[in-house]
Amino acid sequence: MASTVDAQSGRLGSSPTRPPDHAEERRGDLRWFVGGGLLLVAAVLIGASIGPAGPDWWRVPLALLDRLPLISIDSGVTESQWAIVWKIRMPRVLLGALVGGMLSIAGASYQGVFRNPLVDPYLLGAAAGAGLGATIALTIGRAETATWPIDPVPVAAFVVAVVTVMTTYVVGAAFSGSRSIASAGVTLVLAGVAVVSFTSAIQTFVLLRNVEIVREVFRWIIGSLSRATWDDVWLVLPYVVISTVVLLLHRRHLDAFRVGDEEAATLGVDVRRTRLVIVVAATLGTAAVVSVSGLIGFVGLVVPHVVRLLAGAANRRVLPLSLMGGAAFLILADVPGRMLARPAETPIGVVTAFIGAPFFIYLLRTRRVM
Amino acid sequence: MIELRDVTVDYGDRRALAPFDGSVRSGEWVGVVGPNGAGKSSLLRAIAGLVEHAGDIAVDGRSLVGARERDRAVKVAYVAQEPVIPYDMPVVDYVLLGRTPYISYFGSPSTEDRAVVSEVIDRLRLGSFARRLLGELSGGERQRVVLARALAQQAPVLLLDEPTSALDIGHQQQALELVAELREHQRLTVLSALHDLTLAGIYTDRLVMLDRGEVVASGAAADVITAERLGEVYEVCVTVDIDPEDGAVIVVPRRGFPADRDGREVAP
Repeated sequence: MASTVDAQSGRLGSSPTRPPDHAEERRGDLRWFVGGGLLLVAAVLIGASIGPAGPDWWRVPLALLDRLPLISIDSGVTESQWAIVWKIRMPRVLLGALVGGMLSIAGASYQGVFRNPLVDPYLLGAAAGAGLGATIALTIGRAETATWPIDPVPVAAFVVAVVTVMTTYVVGAAFSGSRSIASAGVTLVLAGVAVVSFTSAIQTFVLLRNVEIVREVFRWIIGSLSRATWDDVWLVLPYVVISTVVLLLHRRHLDAFRVGDEEAATLGVDVRRTRLVIVVAATLGTAAVVSVSGLIGFVGLVVPHVVRLLAGAANRRVLPLSLMGGAAFLILADVPGRMLARPAETPIGVVTAFIGAPFFIYLLRTRRVM
Repeated sequence: MIELRDVTVDYGDRRALAPFDGSVRSGEWVGVVGPNGAGKSSLLRAIAGLVEHAGDIAVDGRSLVGARERDRAVKVAYVAQEPVIPYDMPVVDYVLLGRTPYISYFGSPSTEDRAVVSEVIDRLRLGSFARRLLGELSGGERQRVVLARALAQQAPVLLLDEPTSALDIGHQQQALELVAELREHQRLTVLSALHDLTLAGIYTDRLVMLDRGEVVASGAAADVITAERLGEVYEVCVTVDIDPEDGAVIVVPRRGFPADRDGREVAP
């Protein structure tokens, strides 16, 4: 027991240390945010400039500049060309940004709160519910609903999506009961699996009874921005803004979740309540955007991973960069959709899955843990 | 100071901890020993608020029953048996998580929070890898980082659930030395579950031995750790020696089958 001398490398404070430099960290964050912002602006310009009809692509940025106060440039864009840019392309670009940004930040939040890298914002039933809602609304018949003051498809998709996720939550809470904190998250995910299967089964049943709408439902499910209008943009904007703000305010909590539900609780996090708030915010935003765009896949799964690979896993970076990166990605993914089979449209859901699926496989091969 | 009154933990029909009474004085280090499934973790987890329990638990005269997570976290820091390690998190961010109970819901870490983190990182000599990711650290370094996070909580009570079970003998000792120095320096009250009986006897002030959820012995190491009791509780064949110089209790495993509880030989 005499020879214990060198076993004490854990001895207190005797070597010089390099104190963590917080200012440097902040500058790093800022660089990433500026980069993300520039990417988004570039994506908007590209999205607004390229299309099957309309002015020469290089005239569009000039025309946009011309519209800014105090700037006057002769862009050579005619009024009818400008109408194409402003009334057709612009809402499509902005809706793409809202959908892509929302799905990505919601995906990042879901992945964080469930500590699971394979999760997307559709985990607890938002997509299955939206699909069922849209299917039910479409059974009424497009000819019938064309005269209605509001289109029932997005409304039904939104409402059923929210109800489905609520059902998952209630089922999950009922069965986790007084069990340990750690099991509650797992129970919720399993409840999601059950509720999603159940919802999909109902949707299939409804479809089989109304085979004439299969084509329409399929088109909705695969997701598209081709019918985007300014009304759609204004409709989903408030939901996206509110849920994004709530999620961004929880970035620190999402970091605490990374040590697991139990340890987060011992650090002072009210795990159940915080998870509920995050899931509600992510779900409302997700339900709102898919109700107008359809079920665009892979964005919410893949974009947060790309961000983590590039900028690190701290949620103070992951959430804002997912928002900007997801928005830019969907705007850009929509461009080949317009051009590939013109004048016909390739739905954006096809393009994102086409890029997303191989990337996802690559991810599974290379990523160790979250 | 921790006071426990009739603390009981049940998992469904199975009783993990029989009504437990006891207290740990301020600045004292009490070790909880006992075989697997004896209730050591259940006791610590009850104090940490991670399992439902009956009875009352108080720290410095304030009951923790029904306390909000945040209020509990400023009183009690907990190091899990197998901490969840976010491999891609930098050390400094991980230690900063210890400040969570001091940061308002929508707030950000204050200058003071960062000062505390710097101080803890200095004290535990983590400065040279403060920017490294947890996944790049060795087991011993990781253990120190986990301790650093608990210290950043600045709670008067530190709960350690078998803090050294994954470490080799050298790192076990380093970790326990570190706890001993921190306890003295910060006047921490420490309650730890420990597997190694010899180390438990050397480092703690007092031991409590649990078996099947019940206290079977408590007091000084020499009184708690006897060959006969270990044979009964652990069903193990050992001799227990006392170091004549410093009175340390040394448990030495011996070959052979111990007698089981009914006095019969346990068949191979």
